Amino acid sequence: MVLRLEARREPSTLMVFASPAIAVVTTLVVGAALFTLLGYDGIGAVMKIFVEPLFNPYRWQDLLVKAAPLAMIALGLSIGFRANVWNIGAEGQYVVGGLAGTGVALLTYEMSGYWILPAMILAGILGGMAYAAVPAVLKTRFSVNEILSSLMLNYVALQLLYYLTRGPWKDPEGFNFPQTVLFTDWQTLPKVVPGTLIHLGVPIAGVLALVIWFLVVRTVAGFQMRVFGMAPMAARYGGFQESRTVWTAMLIGGGLAGLAGVLEAAGPFGQMTPGFPTGYGYTAIIVAFLGRLHPFGILMAALVLALTYVGGESAQTAIRLPSAAVGVFQAMMLFFLLAADVLVRYRVVNRTTARSQRVSSEPATRNTERAA
Amino acid sequence: MNAAILVSILMTVAAAATPLLLAALGELVVEKSGVLNLGVEGMMLIGAVTAFAVSVTTGSPALGAIASMVTAAAASGIFAALTLGLASNQVATGLALTIFGTGISALAGAPYVGITTTRLGPIFPDALADDPYWRLIFGHSPLVYIALLMTLAVWWFLKHSRSGLILRAVGESDDAAHSIGYPVLKVRALAILFGGAMAGLAGSFYSLVVTPMWAERLTAGRGWIAIALVVFASWRPGRLAAGAYLFGAVITLELQAKAAGLSALAPEFMSSLPYLATIAVLVMISAGRRSIKNAAPACLGKPFRASA
Repeated sequence: MVLRLEARREPSTLMVFASPAIAVVTTLVVGAALFTLLGYDGIGAVMKIFVEPLFNPYRWQDLLVKAAPLAMIALGLSIGFRANVWNIGAEGQYVVGGLAGTGVALLTYEMSGYWILPAMILAGILGGMAYAAVPAVLKTRFSVNEILSSLMLNYVALQLLYYLTRGPWKDPEGFNFPQTVLFTDWQTLPKVVPGTLIHLGVPIAGVLALVIWFLVVRTVAGFQMRVFGMAPMAARYGGFQESRTVWTAMLIGGGLAGLAGVLEAAGPFGQMTPGFPTGYGYTAIIVAFLGRLHPFGILMAALVLALTYVGGESAQTAIRLPSAAVGVFQAMMLFFLLAADVLVRYRVVNRTTARSQRVSSEPATRNTERAA
Repeated sequence: MNAAILVSILMTVAAAATPLLLAALGELVVEKSGVLNLGVEGMMLIGAVTAFAVSVTTGSPALGAIASMVTAAAASGIFAALTLGLASNQVATGLALTIFGTGISALAGAPYVGITTTRLGPIFPDALADDPYWRLIFGHSPLVYIALLMTLAVWWFLKHSRSGLILRAVGESDDAAHSIGYPVLKVRALAILFGGAMAGLAGSFYSLVVTPMWAERLTAGRGWIAIALVVFASWRPGRLAAGAYLFGAVITLELQAKAAGLSALAPEFMSSLPYLATIAVLVMISAGRRSIKNAAPACLGKPFRASA
């Protein structure tokens, strides 16, 4: 029996939903095996990371707090990925968003008023947008590949963060630690559930999913973006402008990454430190794919990936699993998702039976001419 | 400036250029076959940690360098299986490979943080490399010469060998290559494995030559610069070598400025220089010219399935 792949006429709806689940389950099984082989407690690692936080109500708030920025960034990225605009610079846009918000916080440090926090948030969104505008300009004006330019800017954003926190923005009374002052109450994100960690960012992420869903499914702009992703030639033929698609994707992606950044700075961090970037911008890429680039899928995928952060922390202390293990689990999930996705477009058939039904696929002639 | 200082600066340029050149040569061959592998950074990290671990365990950095090619090629095998076997999206799969390489190298390297190993130093006897000018020719790590020889080899392979022509045909028109009987997927798989081995060797340069140590994310984004270099070189090996040495000079400038403690510019600005320079050359090479699109292999990034 030889198995081979045969293209489906239509993508399988069942597999669209099933393949993320297959990916997660396979990651758990293979992950446990891999970590056992590497000499760690593999089953313990999987239990600590993926199962225990689910059954510990005290950890649920942690999950929501970690899932919120992941979902926000992934929602923005999904718009671009649908249109084949590959913004890999969310990590940098997140950092710059956080820095822009911090800038406003430092300027308004002595002031009070309800307007301060919205001003910080606005600055964060604009900061992320401005940073994403760089690859957008380079792409539309100079046709520079956005993957490379946006990724390079991640490294530049890190250096900017180091420069500001070590230099001009360093807290003068901070015992020479490279970090800013703690934000005031006016500059801190309020908690939506008193007595928990759950801040305003969590409901914002939920609302954003609804907004993005509406944008993508119900508007002409959303339709254009999808056409560019599926059939760029047809989109151009239909008179849709590619540069507008790039700009829309980049600005929404950058704006949401910037928003996630400023909410993290004003929320869980409460100041700006060199430890601010935690890889959310990269993990959000996995969230976007695992969530099928669909707003509601992304919310669920963000919770799954939040598990790896929350559970990863407790696995570090409980079974001394290195923090890098989290990255391995995350990457495996994306690998298995991409592998399982083949079943959306293809079905597995038994070659021995399938062969008799079709003409031999062997090339008819073997031309030995040099292909120049 | 006296000769000794100048020579030492030029030696640093060669050392900074070599890993970029090695990784970019591999990626160039991969892209010529029509595949875009964005996992270079991840494969370099896997190569770097392997080289270090093997060198520490066996005491032989040469063995470490060879092992780095094996493990990084194995990692590229995952990419090949997914993109060729299962026709997965190449951009997403390459990113997954980079995330995977970053994680697994940090995990495997954890026990090796904070120790050093023997450097993969110059191969020629000291007598030859004593004089500063001769040192410029004979004073390098073997990988520096290997990178230059590989540039010639890749140029010859693509331009003058029959297999190279087939590889280019596969990258320019996979359907046509398939219909005249060339094994498209096999050619691409071999190219990807070659790219993996070269990225691994490039990674080993960081953990065996630049600093004989291991640290998480040791390659610091150089794998991405290597990918950009391929675009900069318009997929031509000769220009690739020139580009790698140009970037070697930029990185050396960064190191020298930091060492000299230039106060006019923040060290953080100097650290961003290679990344900003990458963007600048991408703009220069891409701006307003159609040539860059014509130079790119026509099937770059497109999955291939034989229409049976």
